[in-house]
Amino acid sequence: MIVNKDTISELAAQNKRLDGRSLTEYRKPINVELNISWTAEGSSKVQIGNTIVMAGVKLSIEKTYNDTPNEGGIMVNAELLPLSNPDYEPGPPSIKAIELARVIDRGIREAKAVDLKKLCITPGEKAWFVIVDIITINDDGNLFDAAGLAALAALKSAFYPTVNKETGAIDYKHKTKEKLPLIKEPLPVTIYKVNNKLLVDPTLEEEGAYDARLTVATDDDGTISALQKGGTEPLTAEEISQIIDLAQAKARFLRSELDKFLK
Amino acid sequence: MSNILIQERSIVIPGETLAEGMDYLPGDNTYREDDKIYSKILGLANISGRVIRITPLGGPYVPKIGDKIIAKVTDITMSGWRAETNTAYMAMLNVKDATSRFIKKEEDLSQIIAISDYIIVMIINVTSQNLIDLTMREPGLHKITGGRVIKINCQKVPRVIGKQASMINMIKEKTGCEITVGQNGLIWIKGTPEGELNAEKAVKLIEEKSHLEGLTDKVQKFLEALA
Amino acid sequence: MAYTKRVDGRKIDELRPMDAKVGVIPNADGSAYFKMGNTIAYAAVYGPRELFPKFLQDPKKGVIRCHYSMMPFSGSGERIRPGGNRRSQEISMVMNNALEPVIDLSAFPNAVVDIFVDLPQTDAGTRCAAISAVAMALAHAGIPMKDMISSVAMGEVDGTVVADLNYDEESYPAIVSDIPIAMTHNTKEITLLQMDGEISKPQLMKALEMAKLATEKVYALQKKALLEKFAKE
Repeated sequence: MIVNKDTISELAAQNKRLDGRSLTEYRKPINVELNISWTAEGSSKVQIGNTIVMAGVKLSIEKTYNDTPNEGGIMVNAELLPLSNPDYEPGPPSIKAIELARVIDRGIREAKAVDLKKLCITPGEKAWFVIVDIITINDDGNLFDAAGLAALAALKSAFYPTVNKETGAIDYKHKTKEKLPLIKEPLPVTIYKVNNKLLVDPTLEEEGAYDARLTVATDDDGTISALQKGGTEPLTAEEISQIIDLAQAKARFLRSELDKFLK
Repeated sequence: MSNILIQERSIVIPGETLAEGMDYLPGDNTYREDDKIYSKILGLANISGRVIRITPLGGPYVPKIGDKIIAKVTDITMSGWRAETNTAYMAMLNVKDATSRFIKKEEDLSQIIAISDYIIVMIINVTSQNLIDLTMREPGLHKITGGRVIKINCQKVPRVIGKQASMINMIKEKTGCEITVGQNGLIWIKGTPEGELNAEKAVKLIEEKSHLEGLTDKVQKFLEALA
Repeated sequence: MAYTKRVDGRKIDELRPMDAKVGVIPNADGSAYFKMGNTIAYAAVYGPRELFPKFLQDPKKGVIRCHYSMMPFSGSGERIRPGGNRRSQEISMVMNNALEPVIDLSAFPNAVVDIFVDLPQTDAGTRCAAISAVAMALAHAGIPMKDMISSVAMGEVDGTVVADLNYDEESYPAIVSDIPIAMTHNTKEITLLQMDGEISKPQLMKALEMAKLATEKVYALQKKALLEKFAKE
């Protein structure tokens, strides 16, 4: 119900925000917890300010696709739980959930973050398929960045389950010591344009006041693996250049935050 | 033989037994069953004489005639404005209750109050089904421009205002902000960006700590540390 | 009796390690976390708020609406397809019935209190953990309630009545019955009762009797967590 749209926009013009942060400052705390679900092959819980998301990785053995007989697969799904925001309703995924899932999915898929060839068990027959489910626990804005961080942390913490040699059945209760073939580590950063200023990590209130946004997924060396522009206002090429510089810098920051929790 | 099982200002949970025997009387948010009095809510115990009351620590706003609240306009109808009140119930602000000025039949009401504007209003009627009528024709009631609106637990509103408005006046004075506290838990703050942020932090501090002793001191220390 | 030593070494009336927290979801009007062994439930309460569609409204009082859901990665086997199924719908309904008797929404005609429970990991007893979490979240939300509700699954494994079955006991190779129970604290009335498996009447009555002590332990933790939320700094 609370929006404060005009005030957010007026403050941005003076390089200020409702909560006193600078425009390019993330909220505190940033927390990453690994293995929050014993039933998942890998899992994480990420908190940025009051935004809390979980991610869980499940593996299954499926028939390979005809056009990629030597590869397994990966897919990202997102659930905006009604538990996490008074405006979310039970039912089929909203367009917001679908966009979130697809943007995170592209960032990981297009960066070739997981070596799909290594997921293949028997060419033309069977391979491992990875599904990452992103779940919102408390949506206080900037789900893209929180979800991207959670997905990466969950993939990094995942271990294959054991497979019964005779039956070929998966024993989900016992994990192996083998990790997923993660070769790149893409992270999305979303930059919001509010009253001609660029800012990061908006709260839910601030998300109600933006003109345009651009999500930029980059991997460890800064290569861009996914882009998604949102909002009804256009962006100039010059703005996009600034946004990408900022996104790359912030991805480095998030990466260093994540590293603190991986040790 | 009657027995009181809780202490003044202790926190009780729903269903907790507060007293045994017939000497005590069930007050707000409590109920009697046989010879026992139980709490019906999570809250602070208040014993005055023989009456036991529970002051809720949280929970919904229940609209009351005469309450000043902050509402958000969501629709415009033939006869006035419909507004959200931070409750399960819609409220109506009739054209005649919005302004003392004569409004012509064909006048565009959105020029007076637009959709998604916030208004400071008073409740003039509540039906048995909680439908609410509002007025803006009293001193201090108006459409909000500028500043920020924040939402707090409405059960904490009396603490934010304080005795004879002492608490809110202290925050106004130290932060230089104009502040209006709605009984429905919405608060409007207008001042410099820094002043607004400090006032918001002070209000949130009260919301969080109001069940503890020495609240005024804590808030005073917080505000003085800002200077 | 064949089943004297429990799979995980617990005493027959011993519950798994529990943990509870209140106020874990800042957006919600009330929220809680409840952990029973390896089963974890997050509960959020929103409302009383406007109820749509309108034909569901009750002009005499507010209504509650439970939504139970397991996260896709929370099952002990394969991934669970999101979007709910017959099981989650039934559990949502019995949860509603388990909570309804203690809730007083007479001051909120036509309104709804929405209750959401989601589980990130499970190991049997999910509806019981969910109900115990929701009762705390409702209290935290300031919803008027005559009493608290606490819930534990009782069961019979190969002739022995035990408290709080885990997944390994549910799938023990013998006759097993699983009896989720929810109780009011003061009157020890039963507001949830289901049963899977086979059991004799005397054994069932024994399980119901044992449930009083088991739910009492859950209640003690619920109360502690609610008070901790408002503890002096």
